[in-house]
Amino acid sequence: QKVSVEVLDHLEHLALVDFRDLEGVERLQKAIQFADQLHEVNTDGVEPMDSVLEDRCLYLREDDVTEGNCTKQLLENAREKVEEYFVAPPGNIPLPKLEEREAFLQGS
Amino acid sequence: AALKDGLRSQVSAALKEGRVTPTELCQRCLALIKSTKFLNAYITVAEETALKQAEESEERYKRGQPLGILDGIPIAVKDNFNTAGIETTCASNMLKGYISPYNATVVQKLLDRGSVLLGKTNLDEFAMGSGSTDGVFGPVRNPWSYSKQYKEKSVPKSPSEDEESNWVITGGSSGGSAAAVSSFTCFAALGSDTGGSTRNPAAHCGVVGLKPTYGLISRHGLIPLVNSMDVPGILTRCVDDAAVLLGSLAGHDPKDSTTIQDDFQPFELPNLTDVSKLSIGIPKEYHAPGLSSEILALWSKAADLFKNAGAKVVEVSLPHTRYSIVCYHVLCTAEVASNMARFDGLEYGHRSDVRDSTESMYAATRREGFNDVVRGRILSGNYFLLKQNYEKYFVKAQKVRRLIANDFVKVFRSGVDVLLTPTTLSDAAPYMEFIQEDNRTRSAQDDILTQAANMAGLPAINVPTALSERGLPVGLQFIGRSFQEKQLLTVAKWFEKQVQFPVIQLEEVKRHDNGVFQHQKSASFS
Repeated sequence: QKVSVEVLDHLEHLALVDFRDLEGVERLQKAIQFADQLHEVNTDGVEPMDSVLEDRCLYLREDDVTEGNCTKQLLENAREKVEEYFVAPPGNIPLPKLEEREAFLQGS
Repeated sequence: AALKDGLRSQVSAALKEGRVTPTELCQRCLALIKSTKFLNAYITVAEETALKQAEESEERYKRGQPLGILDGIPIAVKDNFNTAGIETTCASNMLKGYISPYNATVVQKLLDRGSVLLGKTNLDEFAMGSGSTDGVFGPVRNPWSYSKQYKEKSVPKSPSEDEESNWVITGGSSGGSAAAVSSFTCFAALGSDTGGSTRNPAAHCGVVGLKPTYGLISRHGLIPLVNSMDVPGILTRCVDDAAVLLGSLAGHDPKDSTTIQDDFQPFELPNLTDVSKLSIGIPKEYHAPGLSSEILALWSKAADLFKNAGAKVVEVSLPHTRYSIVCYHVLCTAEVASNMARFDGLEYGHRSDVRDSTESMYAATRREGFNDVVRGRILSGNYFLLKQNYEKYFVKAQKVRRLIANDFVKVFRSGVDVLLTPTTLSDAAPYMEFIQEDNRTRSAQDDILTQAANMAGLPAINVPTALSERGLPVGLQFIGRSFQEKQLLTVAKWFEKQVQFPVIQLEEVKRHDNGVFQHQKSASFS
């Protein structure tokens, strides 16, 4: 069962990372094949495990402000900023559809 | 003081008595870093700040008020820990030039105790890998490649082949840290361990690598790979030193809510002489396909060592061992897909010049910033998290995780104190051979013996055991009960004393060490 081009395209949109070449797609195929071995294990009646510390209470501290005021420091690492804002290009513009993109997947 | 000394036994005493000063120690380490540059163990050397820290330490010693055993001790930190004012890259283009605005908790703790931070060590990009070969700054070379022990045993296959092409990998992903400790450029180093990333390079570089229990040491400031499995790792030249580091780092951190709130008491390791009350478990599934006959023999000898000393040695079974690597593969890629989402170029790190839209900028930034390995894991992870796959893969893997963790619970409940297993399938591979297979295949092969401890959150330690026929280090792993580091390290220390692992003989170190050479102790295992 090969992964369909629709799913590959969907993954590229979700991850915002591209497959780039045939090797990238092959890599995913092999990863899925590898993961399929999980289905050999009988997990009837077994609860999923989120954390090895599931028997303990998570630490919750008081909802008080104890640190902050480091705007200047944090902005130092951003490449594009205006006053105290991180500047992003215009949003709400979806990535071009597969047919319109110069994606590698076009050739698939 | 010889650079080879353990913290507790010699260096600390030497500093206290003024036989060596922190600045001298720091300068010697910095000089050695320079002369071992070909190892590529360090990404950033923080020379100025290190010397400043050393000077401050010296002042404290002069006043007779050292902060403790770690005061003035040079250490190195893997480059996926945040260090204030020092570049933190994770060996990736995504974070080149990123100067952390804060110290990871473990880094802060070391600095608060007077440690001298020499620099940031090399790794696989974002700690993904088992060779320390896939970072943007190039691979790390195993110092043992240049040891007398390895050179004596290696026969060039052709007249044109020289030392340059023969070097072996450090293992990974904390290869830089392991190489730094192994080549005496620092006394201890921090690594991280998600699937074996501290223990694997420790085994290949002949140093002690400790993976603490999940929840014991704070992950605040450690750039996350798999939040439910990551732990900071400790690399040192002897077990006692690992206990010292552990004592300084363990304990609840309000900034990391996954650290347990129990009081942690630092401990000194007793010198165990009587092992008759000990029960050592030998999990039969760790006789994995591909395990070299050499390591199998060593493992067997180690079991006999315990038996002959009076300990109870029993074969045990961890039936789901062989699924641990598949389980890890799914859970790791899923968590990675989530954790890597923060790298979008907006607040920090690399940012692409593309500016048509937010999404296209994000996509381009990530295309430019991540290597194939990282991108591959993100895409796989997203696949497993798709609505149609979530139950089938992610939840399924979580269920298998429980089965793996339960295997350990059953074995420890049956009276076994500590498990003894190999750490790696073989000694370090030559770089040219290692890169023949891709990262995922390699990781799947190399993590097989170390991964399950991360699944179950258990403490585990690699103890250098003997040299292989090729003259390279081989280590064995001890896995302990949750939060029972004292027992685990006590057993490890006893074992370390029995095997007397040889000191690496490096030309570079010879030149820098003014002290008389320690008499060569041969490993009682070879």
